[in-house]
Amino acid sequence: MTTDLVTFDHVTKTYSGITALDSVGFSIAAGEAVCLAGENGSGKSTLIKILAGVEQPDRGVISIAGQPQDALNPRLSAAAGIKVIFQDFSLFPNLSVAENIAFSAELGHGTRLVHRARIADTARATLARIGVDIPLTAAVETLSVAHKQLVAICRALATEARLIIMDEPTTALTEREVRVLLDIIRRLKADGVAVLFVSHKLAEVLEVCEKVIVLRNGQKVAEGPAADFDAASLTRHMTGRDVAEAPPAPLRADAPELMRVEGLNKAGAFEDVSFTLHAGEVLGVSGLLGSGRTALAKALFGLVAPERGRITLDGRSVPLGDPLAAAGAGIGYVPEDRLTEGLFLTQSILQNISVGRLDAHGASGILDIGGLLAEARDWLKRLSVKAPDPDAPVRSLSGGNQQRVVLARWMARSPRVLVLNGPSVGVDVGSKAEIHGIIAGLSAQGLGVIVISDDLPEVLATCHRILVMKAGRLIEDIPSGQVSGTDLAHRLAS
Amino acid sequence: MSTLWTRNETLVALVIVAFCGLAALSDPGFLSVATLTDLLRGGIVLGIFAVGALIVLISGGIDVSFTAIAAVTMYVTAMVLNALMPWMPWWAALLIGMGIGACLGAINGFLIAVMGLPTLIVTLGTLSVFRGFMLTFIGQKQITTLPPGMREFGRMMIVRGENADGSFYSLHAAFLVTAGAIVLTWFILHRTMLGRQIFAIGGSVESARRIGINVRGVQFFVYVYVGALAGLAGIIHASMARVANPFDLVGLELSVIAAVVLGGARLAGGHGTLTGTVLGVALIVLVRNSLIVLGIPATWQSVAIGVLILIGTGLPAWQAKRAAAQAA
Repeated sequence: MTTDLVTFDHVTKTYSGITALDSVGFSIAAGEAVCLAGENGSGKSTLIKILAGVEQPDRGVISIAGQPQDALNPRLSAAAGIKVIFQDFSLFPNLSVAENIAFSAELGHGTRLVHRARIADTARATLARIGVDIPLTAAVETLSVAHKQLVAICRALATEARLIIMDEPTTALTEREVRVLLDIIRRLKADGVAVLFVSHKLAEVLEVCEKVIVLRNGQKVAEGPAADFDAASLTRHMTGRDVAEAPPAPLRADAPELMRVEGLNKAGAFEDVSFTLHAGEVLGVSGLLGSGRTALAKALFGLVAPERGRITLDGRSVPLGDPLAAAGAGIGYVPEDRLTEGLFLTQSILQNISVGRLDAHGASGILDIGGLLAEARDWLKRLSVKAPDPDAPVRSLSGGNQQRVVLARWMARSPRVLVLNGPSVGVDVGSKAEIHGIIAGLSAQGLGVIVISDDLPEVLATCHRILVMKAGRLIEDIPSGQVSGTDLAHRLAS
Repeated sequence: MSTLWTRNETLVALVIVAFCGLAALSDPGFLSVATLTDLLRGGIVLGIFAVGALIVLISGGIDVSFTAIAAVTMYVTAMVLNALMPWMPWWAALLIGMGIGACLGAINGFLIAVMGLPTLIVTLGTLSVFRGFMLTFIGQKQITTLPPGMREFGRMMIVRGENADGSFYSLHAAFLVTAGAIVLTWFILHRTMLGRQIFAIGGSVESARRIGINVRGVQFFVYVYVGALAGLAGIIHASMARVANPFDLVGLELSVIAAVVLGGARLAGGHGTLTGTVLGVALIVLVRNSLIVLGIPATWQSVAIGVLILIGTGLPAWQAKRAAAQAA
């Protein structure tokens, strides 16, 4: 029997009275891929930090290669071959691919001068090891997210790596990029490198994993061979309840037409896009990254100016390329990247909701702050945002609650059409189901909702109709009841 | 190809060529050895300052105190050498200046790297403190009789000659010191691991910490190095001016940072080249020395420099924004 690479035995960690990890035990063998699943706050991050040597456990024993470690620190952990790839990759955007890959290895050599040939060799060898070709001299800031992740993997491999921990590895990747990642994981496993996936979106990586461990509220609630789990059972273990994804209630046959898009054209992004949206309809637009879906979403709200085409809402024409006019006409847009495009992170939750209603409460020229904030509080309640303190910065909320704040801001303006770009990117499973519930509620009130997403189960669970986008064109218009997830994935990628 | 055209260096070089072309049209005597040596002379002190400002900007910080460090260093060095060690040779004066500058830089380094305070606040504070301390406790009177070593250095020329029209031209030996500072800084930035760590910290401090770079140590080095360069520039300034005026130099810091930014360094850190810095300094010196040749009054200098900064840094930023909009 081979000794396990890493074992946790009754590891407990508390932060000022709150138990983050409660007597958790598991083991990882060399060449094994393990899924560590859990919602936000389940103790995943604490577990990573303990493995990386950043935090010390209060009780319990961690062994690496059979040796109990009583005082792990980041340097010892890295020297033992434990490499964490953080969600933000921790790369240097201004440096070249080669330098990023070889930086830690070079630091390890302890030389004072730059050995350019050795750096290039290290980078070339590790890229070859995972079978990827990225130009060595390219600046990392010019790479796609998927390539940045590959560079981060290479950097972990450039020094002796025995266990690679990947934090939320698939959130920013398209389906095709996930395939590439999985192939690389298979290669690493064949080399004897163990991989620990840490995520709340794990269905995609199950197929390369041997073992699944589920954490909830700091406790291990399930562990077993990956073959015993599927997306539904993972979700059940993570949330402790059944989160059923039922298809949406059927659209009323007499629903009037709400919005019409005709011949929308933007060179290099999308071509000749036409569709209609009915009141109460949830319309999915799905396509791979680069299919033009994001540009289309932005164009509907005037953030991208199309050269040609027409958007009409209730029979009235909406000016193109003018977000204020689009908002005035009753269109709302929830961006994909909440953090940079959707929220004023350091401002309070109430301010974030009320900012869209300044005009309505300031008609006399003097702002009615009381009314403004009362309205915001009301929306906070109606969308059940879990905010202990509405005056706290919005940054302090979880992903799911942040998304609700963005939704609340738009809802307060009583829009006719909401464009949701990636509505549940980066939120956990439980919140995701609730956001889907909110979408269903909006549609029941007669709003038209456009969901732009490459999360196919999400599109299937929320939309009445799915438009498939490819290379800038809408190529198919499918009622969602008539297509399965795998079928849809095939149509997107084919 | 497209990257070459959107680089600040190219833009600045083109502006320099255009400026020289215009100047040559309005005054055929402009393209002469004398103009060139004037330009090089004007760039000596500014160049050393700029190299220091560049290395700080690359590390993700900003330093506005270097002119005060230079002023204090030249004044204190001149005073101490006159009083205690008038026999010191010129090169010892330069070394003493670097030493004093490094010590003052270490104060910045301590506050920024060890205490973790914001770089702009710290150096704004020390700018004021260093200079105020000198004027209050050390002296406000010009030192018109420099120590012999500095006087000797002030007279050292590498080229001396006479133009066809009978005027003289010369290039000061301190030009070699500036060239040396540029070469040394280039070597540190591009050929040592320390330099790459400076770039890495400028790119992302958090990432640097996570892969085990000694962020504090590197930042401390940066501010000490800049202090040493500033001290050097101070001694050179006094030697060339043949006077140590405590009111000199302070006020130059923003022009220096502007020259560096004009050359493509980013205030956000992680980016910047010595070529760009040298071109940026050249352009600013050219505008200062030669705007008058184009028939533009001297008072317009600062307007011209400001416009150049707006165009030189705004154009690439605008191009980048347009490229990003195209890609979206």
